[in-house]
Amino acid sequence: MGNGGEENNELITKIFYKYFKNDILEKSEDAAVLNIDGKIAMSTDSFTVSPLFFSGADIGKLAICGTCNDLSMMGAKPLYLTVGVIIEEGFPTRDLEKIVKSMKKELELNEAIIVSGDTKVMPKGTIDKIIINTTGIGQIQQDGISSNSITQDDVIIVSRDIGAHGATIFCEREGIELSSDLKSDCASLYPIVQELINNNIKITALRDATRGGVAAVLNEWAKQSNICIEVDEDSIPVSTEVFGICEMLGFEATALANEGTFCLAISKNDTPKALNILKKFNKNASIVAKVTNKYNQKVILNSSYGTQRFMDIPTGELLPRIC
Amino acid sequence: MKLELKNLYDDFRDAKTIKAYAKLIDEESKKLKKPINIMEVCGGHTHTIMKFGLPQLMPQNIKFIHGPGCPVCIMPKHRIDHAYTLAMQEDVILVTLGDMIKVPGSLGSLQDARAKGADVRFVYSPMECIKISTENKDKKVIFFAIGFETTTPMTAALVDVVIKKDIKNIFFHINHVTVPEVMVELINSRDEHVDSYNNQIDAFLGPSHVSVISGSKIYDKFPKKYNRPVVVTGFEPVDMMEGILMIVKQFTQNRCENEIQYNRVVSHEGNLTAQKLINKYFDKVSLFKWRGLGNVPDSGLKLKDNYNFLDAEIIYKDVLPQEEIEDHKLCICGDILRGMAHPNECTIFGTACKPNSPVGSCMVSSEGACAAYYKYGNLA
Repeated sequence: MGNGGEENNELITKIFYKYFKNDILEKSEDAAVLNIDGKIAMSTDSFTVSPLFFSGADIGKLAICGTCNDLSMMGAKPLYLTVGVIIEEGFPTRDLEKIVKSMKKELELNEAIIVSGDTKVMPKGTIDKIIINTTGIGQIQQDGISSNSITQDDVIIVSRDIGAHGATIFCEREGIELSSDLKSDCASLYPIVQELINNNIKITALRDATRGGVAAVLNEWAKQSNICIEVDEDSIPVSTEVFGICEMLGFEATALANEGTFCLAISKNDTPKALNILKKFNKNASIVAKVTNKYNQKVILNSSYGTQRFMDIPTGELLPRIC
Repeated sequence: MKLELKNLYDDFRDAKTIKAYAKLIDEESKKLKKPINIMEVCGGHTHTIMKFGLPQLMPQNIKFIHGPGCPVCIMPKHRIDHAYTLAMQEDVILVTLGDMIKVPGSLGSLQDARAKGADVRFVYSPMECIKISTENKDKKVIFFAIGFETTTPMTAALVDVVIKKDIKNIFFHINHVTVPEVMVELINSRDEHVDSYNNQIDAFLGPSHVSVISGSKIYDKFPKKYNRPVVVTGFEPVDMMEGILMIVKQFTQNRCENEIQYNRVVSHEGNLTAQKLINKYFDKVSLFKWRGLGNVPDSGLKLKDNYNFLDAEIIYKDVLPQEEIEDHKLCICGDILRGMAHPNECTIFGTACKPNSPVGSCMVSSEGACAAYYKYGNLA
């Protein structure tokens, strides 16, 4: 792209129309008109990531997964999304097309469409390459999923091995060259949620463990539901690659971000069934914690040799320890 | 059989082994004539102790005193101000290690400097400075060197390359400190409140990685001259439990020695090549001011005088703040480091002094005693 003139804007618009093509978008009205029955869920998120393309995904996939997953976590089927893209002048068109392509692929997975969009080109140096905002609407499939209603009748599960996204991004950003199979877990979660709902699993709460990782989710749940969550440290699924990076740099896998991993609070009776379904999608799905009233609003880590500590909420930038 | 990463650490975190050591320590502790306080000098050990909840496995008569061995925590404010000031210079890229970025001086932290447009980078190896300097020939790359004996050889190696390859745009601000000198200081220092030399340290756990470089010989004087046993110990929980058992046995068997638990790597002599490199480029400074402890004789390093042309402290003498900044009056970090007080006895602990706005050295990084107490609270 050149200096953001009309021609270039047209080029950008073409790319979006080409890949997001659908009846509603093509009407090019001032606003999309939608027909939705029943309760809806709505969510918005803005995406910025460095590097834009990383092992396992890119900012485009992230932007669709992020919003669709937020809807899924409320038991809603993602239907319609809007997209706003702010681009730095001079951003390569080829990269933009690559990003939009992976957005399209992820939309198809969710069976969702873009119904309205906007692009702005900003002068060089005023933003860092590209920022994408997506807002989504989903139709509630199972009502009453809430982080405020977890009780001692529930068990806490994580859907797969944790921390892959955070570890991947950190390594790529800092240029730590490792020969490993490590890649971001970035993925759409609705197919898994749908399977759980179709099998009548009683879901109490769902939350995708994005920024702040599993530690943040469990702490939020402990506070919101006024419960104590007791985690069995050895049961937390962590891949060898992620574990190695954590050991090397002094991170906790539970504090690393994920983009396709979620925590579930499931009624005890339904746990075996839910775990079976989750394991079909990822064999590392595991029960990691029970709910008690030992220290309400706190998360406790129990070690296999009988010690305990609090699992705290990660804050600020991830920084490695020196020695 | 494929060797996985897990195989390398599994045994050192094995629950059965840890429990077995806990039982042995418990049995041995019954023979102790009086309670003992063990200082783990290094922040890495403090981290293991807190992360794995080791105090919960100790009998009543064995306590830990968390030592001053976190290079970030002990950095005095005026030296952080040096880093900040250097970073704010027009044509400077300031490079440093990890946690340093967050630590506030009186002008702000390096994070704040970065927010104001300064070019601050953190690296894992000082050698990354070379790449940065090649990519930024028109800038001055200043390596703000921190750390104990563990990181000093890496800085020395960078100095070596800079000199041999005649790299013109890498400079150094040296803040390396040494472990044995501060241990002596802790034993000798006077408690100002009661005007006595009544520190509570009965024995030391020496950090293994320091001795990988310097050997265990650096602790020979502690049993001999100061009557304090030392056990050079590894960082995994099984290592630490064994190290603690070795200390307890010295007391019950009436021995006072300098022993090595981490004998799979550490020798009495250490890494002689690294020691030679350090001695080639660095001299001891007569006084280095430690945050929380004040001036400690011979505990710091500086570039030798023939390398003044690489020394940012000399080159930027005119812009660097020279005045030292006193520790906060209410802060009791000095007493905590000497084992004479616990973090929760401090009037500003958790109120004026928190991890996000630390007043004293022990709250600064996750390896400090106050930060660990704050983080792990009443379970620790």
